[in-house]
Amino acid sequence: MNHLNFFSDYLIATLRLAVPLTFAALGGLYSERSGVLNIALEGMLLTGTFTSAVATFYTNNPWLGILASLIAGGLVGLLHAFLCVTLRVDQLVSGLAINLVAAGLTSFLARLVFSGSSTQQLPGIGTIIIPGLANIPLIGPLIFQKDFLVYLLFILVILTTYILFKTSFGLTLRAVGESPQAADTAGISVLFVRYIAVIISGTLASLGGAYLALVQVRFFAEGMSAGKGFIAIAALIFGRWHPIGSALACLLFGATEALQLRIQALGANVPYQFLVMLPYAIALLALAGFMGKSTPPNALGTPYFGQNRHSD
Amino acid sequence: MTLINRIHPRLLPLLSPLIAIVSALIVGAILMLMAGANPITAYSILFQESLSTYFGFGNTLTKMTPLLFASLGVLVALRAGQFNIGGEGQIYLGALGSTLIGLYVQGLPAVIHIPLALLAGFFFGAVWGWIPGYLKAMRGVNEVITTLLLNYIAVNLVSYLVQNPLMATDAPSPYSPLIAKTARLPIILPQSLAHAGILFGLITAGILWVLLVRSPLGYQITAVGFNPIAARYAHISVERTIMLVMACSGGLAGLAGSCEVMGLKYRLFEQVSPGYGFDAIAIAFLSRGSVIGVVLTSLFFAALRSGANVMQRSAGVPITVVYAIQGFMVLFIAISLAVEREIRVKTQRNAKV
Repeated sequence: MNHLNFFSDYLIATLRLAVPLTFAALGGLYSERSGVLNIALEGMLLTGTFTSAVATFYTNNPWLGILASLIAGGLVGLLHAFLCVTLRVDQLVSGLAINLVAAGLTSFLARLVFSGSSTQQLPGIGTIIIPGLANIPLIGPLIFQKDFLVYLLFILVILTTYILFKTSFGLTLRAVGESPQAADTAGISVLFVRYIAVIISGTLASLGGAYLALVQVRFFAEGMSAGKGFIAIAALIFGRWHPIGSALACLLFGATEALQLRIQALGANVPYQFLVMLPYAIALLALAGFMGKSTPPNALGTPYFGQNRHSD
Repeated sequence: MTLINRIHPRLLPLLSPLIAIVSALIVGAILMLMAGANPITAYSILFQESLSTYFGFGNTLTKMTPLLFASLGVLVALRAGQFNIGGEGQIYLGALGSTLIGLYVQGLPAVIHIPLALLAGFFFGAVWGWIPGYLKAMRGVNEVITTLLLNYIAVNLVSYLVQNPLMATDAPSPYSPLIAKTARLPIILPQSLAHAGILFGLITAGILWVLLVRSPLGYQITAVGFNPIAARYAHISVERTIMLVMACSGGLAGLAGSCEVMGLKYRLFEQVSPGYGFDAIAIAFLSRGSVIGVVLTSLFFAALRSGANVMQRSAGVPITVVYAIQGFMVLFIAISLAVEREIRVKTQRNAKV
């Protein structure tokens, strides 16, 4: 029984740690499927964490916190889209700039708002227990005793798969990411689709941030995203830019993180650093083609100049 | 348009960074006002401390050393059109290489030991830069992602080493034993922290300038960066150039780590780089591919960092404002470069008509 409890706790921790990653990876998916590289996920996540914490801190209402993070994330997405799509700034540079600004600005503002660098405990969002299903051993506590954001995430993973492969919007999105030229010829506004995709990206990533602040740890600390946005990018690659694949990759990364935390907590003399490295090493091998080819969308990273400006 | 046309074409590349820096400083001033401080007082404290006091300037030079090396590394890659955002990891590897030589090779005179340790730092960093270079050239894998992933592997590798095989006995926190005295870089401003690493960095910058601007190799690198297809027609091996450039880029970043170990801390520890690799990208980008620009911008960034502590104490502005300012600088330079390009395109078109 004890072993079962340990196992069950471990699975719950894995899911908890995977949730913010999966939100961010799904966000990245929309943006990158439309051809816009999104290194800014890290900054978007941090923005979501900060704004949800601030709004919750002032209003004492975590739902307003979630709303605030959605708006802020959308705005950061808008900024990234404006830089990459309209101004055609190098997409990597835009992402890095957003990350740097988000890190600097949230650290600075946190000291003003919380008159320290972190908050006290914030009110979190409650658990919704699904009657009946919640009593199933192992699976009940794992899947059916969760908060709103986790249920939303389950839906979003399935919904994104559906949107991407079964709807005309999904087809448009993929067309724009694979061959903007052809999409343009077919009468699709590459600009508009990319804007929408990157804004969705920002809102999803910042929801991951809100989960971090309102469910996972219930406070805000400087630099709290701690590279999770970059892990999400690794998961996206490892999951081959597919929603379910990416979600599974996030679960794997969550599982290694949970294991690492347990090893550290037990004080065992095992080098946990290798576990921390593991997701990155796996993503690297996946990219290098040692685990089957992981091909990015064809137009990823290249700005679109429109039909009459080939000469630029 | 007419205003732009009147500016000498050689001055135009200077204009964007200046506008970006000034705008970022203005945003910083607004943030300072929000914190209830007087921006003019805060800025003057910051720059006076970091540039005009003896110890402050020594501190600035110390901070400038890793920034200079790492951003020269980014610059070299950038010249060939490669984005090396793995500076952070390469710094860790470089620090590791120099530490190993400093710890395990004993009994050499400093004239041999110091170059040997630096060489090891360069080599370790170069290997860490070559891997993504190889993957890019041979397998077409985007170097941005691979360099990013390698950062985490490097940081954790060093963390493992200093907590286990390399940890000093009875160390209260994870760090290695001190490296041999003969592998340490001498202090150049007595009583301050400023060490010879900065001189070495400036010399490296000079060599690099000659190499990039005045040599056939530099031409080859620039050709690959400018138009790889055309370069291939000119019988330049794009693959080899990319691998070479990425290895050099990593090696230079590695030297940043070497100098932190050999000139400042004399040991390996977990936080060798508090994000120098990322600052380096900002610096190289702000400098628009110019070696001299990199020297000046890394001095500027170092001054921001070294004056920030005093500013926090005397003007009550949180240090973090400096990070925000750096971020806004990159943001504004990105915007101003895009705007500049649009203006160029438009004026060219007008000229044609």
